[in-house]
Amino acid sequence: MSKSLNQIVLPVAGGTALALSAALLFANLDYGQKKIGALEQRVEQVSLQAETANRRADDEAAAVSDLKEKIAEIQAAAEARAARGGDLTEHAPESGDKFGLGRTAKPEEIAAWDVDVLPDGRGLPEGKGDAYWGEEVFAEKCASCHGDFAEGVDNWPVLAGGFDTLGDKDPVKTVGSYWPYLSTVFDYVHRSMPFGEAQTLTADETYAIVAYILYSNDLVDDDFELSHENFAAFEMYNKGGFVIDDRPALEYAKWRAEPCMENCKPSVKITMRATFLDVTPEDGGESVMNHATADDTPTFVAAAASTGTDEAAAEDAPAVAASASLDPALVASGEKVFKKCGACHAVGAGAKNKSGPHLNGLFGRQMGSVDGFKYSKVFVAAQEEGRVWDEVALAEFLAKPRSYMKGTKMAFSGLRKQDDLDAITAYLKSVGE
Amino acid sequence: MDAKTGTSRRSFLKGSVAIAGASVAGAASASEADPLITDVQDWASITGAGVDETPYGLPISFEKDVVRRNVEWLTASPISSINFTPIHALDGTITPQGCAFERHHSGAIELRKEDYRLMINGLVDTPLVFHYADLERFPRENHVYFCECAANTGMEWAGAQLNGAQFTHGMIHNMEYTGVPLRTLLNEAGLAAAGELKDKWVYVEGADASSNGRSIPMEKALDDVLVAFKANGEALRMEHGYPVRLVVPGWEGNMWVKWLRRIEVTDMAVESREETSKYTDVYEDGTARKWTWVMDAKSVITSPSPQMPIPHGKGPLVISGLAWSGHGKITRVDVSRDGGITWETARLGKQGDTKALTRFYLDIDWDGNPMLLQSRAMDETGYVQPTKEQLRAMRGENAVYHNNCIQTWFVDENGVAENVEVS
Repeated sequence: MSKSLNQIVLPVAGGTALALSAALLFANLDYGQKKIGALEQRVEQVSLQAETANRRADDEAAAVSDLKEKIAEIQAAAEARAARGGDLTEHAPESGDKFGLGRTAKPEEIAAWDVDVLPDGRGLPEGKGDAYWGEEVFAEKCASCHGDFAEGVDNWPVLAGGFDTLGDKDPVKTVGSYWPYLSTVFDYVHRSMPFGEAQTLTADETYAIVAYILYSNDLVDDDFELSHENFAAFEMYNKGGFVIDDRPALEYAKWRAEPCMENCKPSVKITMRATFLDVTPEDGGESVMNHATADDTPTFVAAAASTGTDEAAAEDAPAVAASASLDPALVASGEKVFKKCGACHAVGAGAKNKSGPHLNGLFGRQMGSVDGFKYSKVFVAAQEEGRVWDEVALAEFLAKPRSYMKGTKMAFSGLRKQDDLDAITAYLKSVGE
Repeated sequence: MDAKTGTSRRSFLKGSVAIAGASVAGAASASEADPLITDVQDWASITGAGVDETPYGLPISFEKDVVRRNVEWLTASPISSINFTPIHALDGTITPQGCAFERHHSGAIELRKEDYRLMINGLVDTPLVFHYADLERFPRENHVYFCECAANTGMEWAGAQLNGAQFTHGMIHNMEYTGVPLRTLLNEAGLAAAGELKDKWVYVEGADASSNGRSIPMEKALDDVLVAFKANGEALRMEHGYPVRLVVPGWEGNMWVKWLRRIEVTDMAVESREETSKYTDVYEDGTARKWTWVMDAKSVITSPSPQMPIPHGKGPLVISGLAWSGHGKITRVDVSRDGGITWETARLGKQGDTKALTRFYLDIDWDGNPMLLQSRAMDETGYVQPTKEQLRAMRGENAVYHNNCIQTWFVDENGVAENVEVS
């Protein structure tokens, strides 16, 4: 490009000089005024032309330097791409400017959602509650899973005890023994509990429950009252029990080394086999479920055939045995309402007892009669009296469980809407045959 | 014994081996022509399914065993539980959404895009609320990342327990995410109010009843975290946080908050339940490590494995597996057939992206002798996946999370594989 530029500029400049000297020569020779006038005009024209040519040359020179810049940019980009191994991906563009999307959050919206509590107590709502009252609230709302004494039912979390077990093979990590901050307990109970009825506890109830959990861990007396005012002063047992991730120093430094490829060990023995423990789920697909000892190795291989799981699959399918008289819309809305119950109760084909009894064949079933379920006293009594579940009984029970069945373990506070009661009745009829 | 069918699984397996053996022999002997070839089959004569029969397709019925599975005794209720990706039966690197593991703390919820709101508040210049549609107007990116639960392989600390790669290593999936960088949204709200960013945190929280929340250091939040709304090209599944989840590349799955509803800039970690009482690692002396976010390099042979015995006897055998690292790319995978005495470098089937699954293969001519199969991953930082012994020596056996030990499968002369520990 630079060569062609010279080719343009030089002839133009040369031409201008030639024209000017010719004009001077003619003037000296004293030609008539007319001629001089014409020549002056001509000189002017030539100057103008030269000027235009110069301007054009400047433009071209500018264009050339632009092009050069572009070429450099393209080359740099190509080099960057080559360095990235041919990956042409570009990150989403960023700019200092805003996109102007979204809208300002309103203070009441932030107040509704931003309820987390920091370790120093910031974010706590005002309120108070003592361990006495906390025991009542806990029994009502928490004990069905966590036990009356926060000892945990079935596989549900143990909340109390476990002190001095953290160094054991199976450390018992409870609120008392393990949790480093009280804020975490308040925040979690307030925001995520009770299971299946989250965000229904008042601030006072939460303070009371937290106070009771501390009491059940022998960390406070039963008259201890927790409030937003004394909260930050409370120090948890295991506050100093944590170190920040030290893998980089302890492990990475060691394990970033060229590994051994040959003769890395003299010999290798099997020291343990999973089959000894036999804890693989039965529904393991083609998983080999032998009970072999080390001597009795299996003598078979599994093909990828899928026979034998057909039945299991058929059993898994929800048995929709809705009788013709049920309103499908009502059944469907009952299924939604049942989500409130599903954490503790199962219904349908293969339903088992969970922390509540299964609900198959509920209507017409004797109260407190499901095999293998440990009922509260009130249900044992009902069973002895021969009381039977029907629509009326269920509706009354579900409307106010703890007043209908005083002392029931069921932590559910009740269905307030008649529509929900009707819907759940229809749903239980449809699936629980 | 299987209570449901009254037949033992072993006798069933024996039966199917006999059948498989017969058909292999039949084909190999070639004394008779194969009727599958010589006879006109139904499918070659009768027409098949029409295009409007399956508007959204599921795997063919023959593949119905390739499903997520739960281990019931692990948790109190399936609503607050985990299931496992059938990694033993998959190949390549991308996990189909329909069989990618799920972990919920209060169940998977149905949240419509129309009802979805995302709030950014805390130490920002302007607290903002986004609707779903707003998110799709920000410049977005595509990345493949693995998501591994910190408890993956957690049951194996104390000894070999579960017989199957699905159960020992299936708390992982690997998808291509489409989403907006978290830094774009933070910049939209403005971070001047946060002042010095180095010691600031971003607290992220889900919209479900568990309200799962985690604190992420600002440095990571401004690096590669995505607010994602698509996976493998389609909308997220309900169980993975539809319509919007957080993607925190290379870091433990619990931080990948689903049904993401709130992002709060804070001046300290919230120390929520999931980052204190859970997802912390207790060591032998009773102290615990916290903030152990990165998932270290790890690998497992997916086939052969207990659920994937060798069905064909000696001869050509493909040994295949997966490797990944939360620190970046996998650069090498070694495989041992003798329990770690000798190692050979496997072939990377496809170089995985950074913080994504990499598939490896070792193609061998199996002599029919028993094997103790192991794989050992290395990542771009030079980190070598440790043995179980190394991990136990360092951390003891009390820990639950972050077990990235080398896994051993014992394969006997019949091709049956078991989960074992070796000296």
